[in-house]
Amino acid sequence: MIGVIKAMGTTFKTALRRPVTVQYPEIHLPLPERERAFPLLLWDHDVDEPFCTGCQACERACPVECMTVTMRDNPKQKEGTSKRRKIVDTFWIDYGRCMRCNICVEVCNFDAIAMNNTWSGIERSAYDRRDLVMDMDELMSKSMAGQVTRWTPDDGSDEK
Amino acid sequence: MTNFSTEPYVVNIGPQHPSTHGVFRMKVTLDGERITDAEMVVGYLHRSMEKLAEERTYTQNIPFTDRADYLSSMSNNLAYCLTAEKLAGIAVPERGEHIRVIMAELQRLANHCMAVGTFINDAGAWQTPLMWLFAEREKILDLFEMTCGARLTLNYMRIGGVSFDLPDEFVPACRRFIDQFPGRLDEVEQMLLENEILLARSKGIGVIPTVAAINASLTGPMLRASGVAWDIRKADPYSIYDRFAFRVPVGENGDSYDRFLVRLAEMRESVKIVDQALRALPGGPHKVDVPLSIRPPVGEAYARVEAPKGELGFYLVSDGGTSPWRFHMRPPSLINLSLLREMVIGLTIADAIVSFGSVDIVIGELDR
Repeated sequence: MIGVIKAMGTTFKTALRRPVTVQYPEIHLPLPERERAFPLLLWDHDVDEPFCTGCQACERACPVECMTVTMRDNPKQKEGTSKRRKIVDTFWIDYGRCMRCNICVEVCNFDAIAMNNTWSGIERSAYDRRDLVMDMDELMSKSMAGQVTRWTPDDGSDEK
Repeated sequence: MTNFSTEPYVVNIGPQHPSTHGVFRMKVTLDGERITDAEMVVGYLHRSMEKLAEERTYTQNIPFTDRADYLSSMSNNLAYCLTAEKLAGIAVPERGEHIRVIMAELQRLANHCMAVGTFINDAGAWQTPLMWLFAEREKILDLFEMTCGARLTLNYMRIGGVSFDLPDEFVPACRRFIDQFPGRLDEVEQMLLENEILLARSKGIGVIPTVAAINASLTGPMLRASGVAWDIRKADPYSIYDRFAFRVPVGENGDSYDRFLVRLAEMRESVKIVDQALRALPGGPHKVDVPLSIRPPVGEAYARVEAPKGELGFYLVSDGGTSPWRFHMRPPSLINLSLLREMVIGLTIADAIVSFGSVDIVIGELDR
């Protein structure tokens, strides 16, 4: 009996507290800049080409083998407009396989890949799993439009 | 009525049953309403984690450990990284050790919020107390998200430290959280501890005697509720746990109610550890540079931590290559569940659900 009275006391004390629930699809909470959604490729606006050289370091480091990368000679290097000798030719990421572990970002030597830290990277449902295999244009478009920025640790610990 | 007898019959609880928290099957034999035999059937969520690990490098295995006990991935990361460091002989910087302790203890809070909430859920208080505790767990997940970008499968720790340093806003946010958390815990206790229904449903239900608990090598809150003050953080300190002052809460009767009490008390102790670690948080590097494809010398190592559910150990054998020759996990969920049959015999199905809920298992870890 005393237990019931005590519990009712707590109920009254907390009855007027504001709810903490957010009505999700209508309201999107701000995401931290370190948010780790699916990986994207970054676009070098200075040279107008991708940062990625197709070195396949991420492909080898990926624990679930969700990436396929090939490289080719960079035509812009012969013209003298770019310093990259090789450039990415094709790049696929299967978002249905990716487990968002961030290892590809940590191993990249060219800061060419980043985890999407916006809601567009999280709300990625599809009716067909084949729609989740991203080609290079889809991976690049967010960065070309300037919609994502790469978060880098201050201490430069992942720059090697 | 003197010659009245019933035929025993078998009832399947699970694999799809809300109280099994996943895909777990319990085959119970009933005589009337009483359980006379129980058999647990596991393996519905088997993902062959140990075999997968033999094909992957030591660092690539860290995200897989997240998915074993997905409610406490920090503890899994910590246990695995400790083992790999022991194997390779790597020392972690001071700041890294403190961050690890803070994260592991926050993870314990998050896990116990879930464990207590779902236990109350199984005992009949449908969803409401669970949601109070989920509101607190949500704040912890926000802390994780601001630190490493993920909420559940964190992949935060690395061999030789942690992957990122803490953001500037972490320490004040964490301080705010641990300042208000004990108050919220008080509210939960006022609501539940003397609740007649909860007492009736859980006192004396699923009793595990001390000797049986030790014989079955139970660990964690299950063992401590049976009256054994065994905590690896005290008994065999790893990381820097020997520097912090905390108590090991112990139960008396070893029933479901005591396990619930032990978890609540452990949450308060974890808050104390986080508080001390935040005060002592030094500057400096948060990790040492370890190559992604690390090649530990030939040998074997076993390291264990006090995960929220009990003793979580990893056993790694290296043949000098980039991936472990053998990767073995000692999952507390599976071993804590080994006394399930003894716990539920003689109970009704409703009480068996409560006993099962008080064990606090995660099927991902049970089956790996």
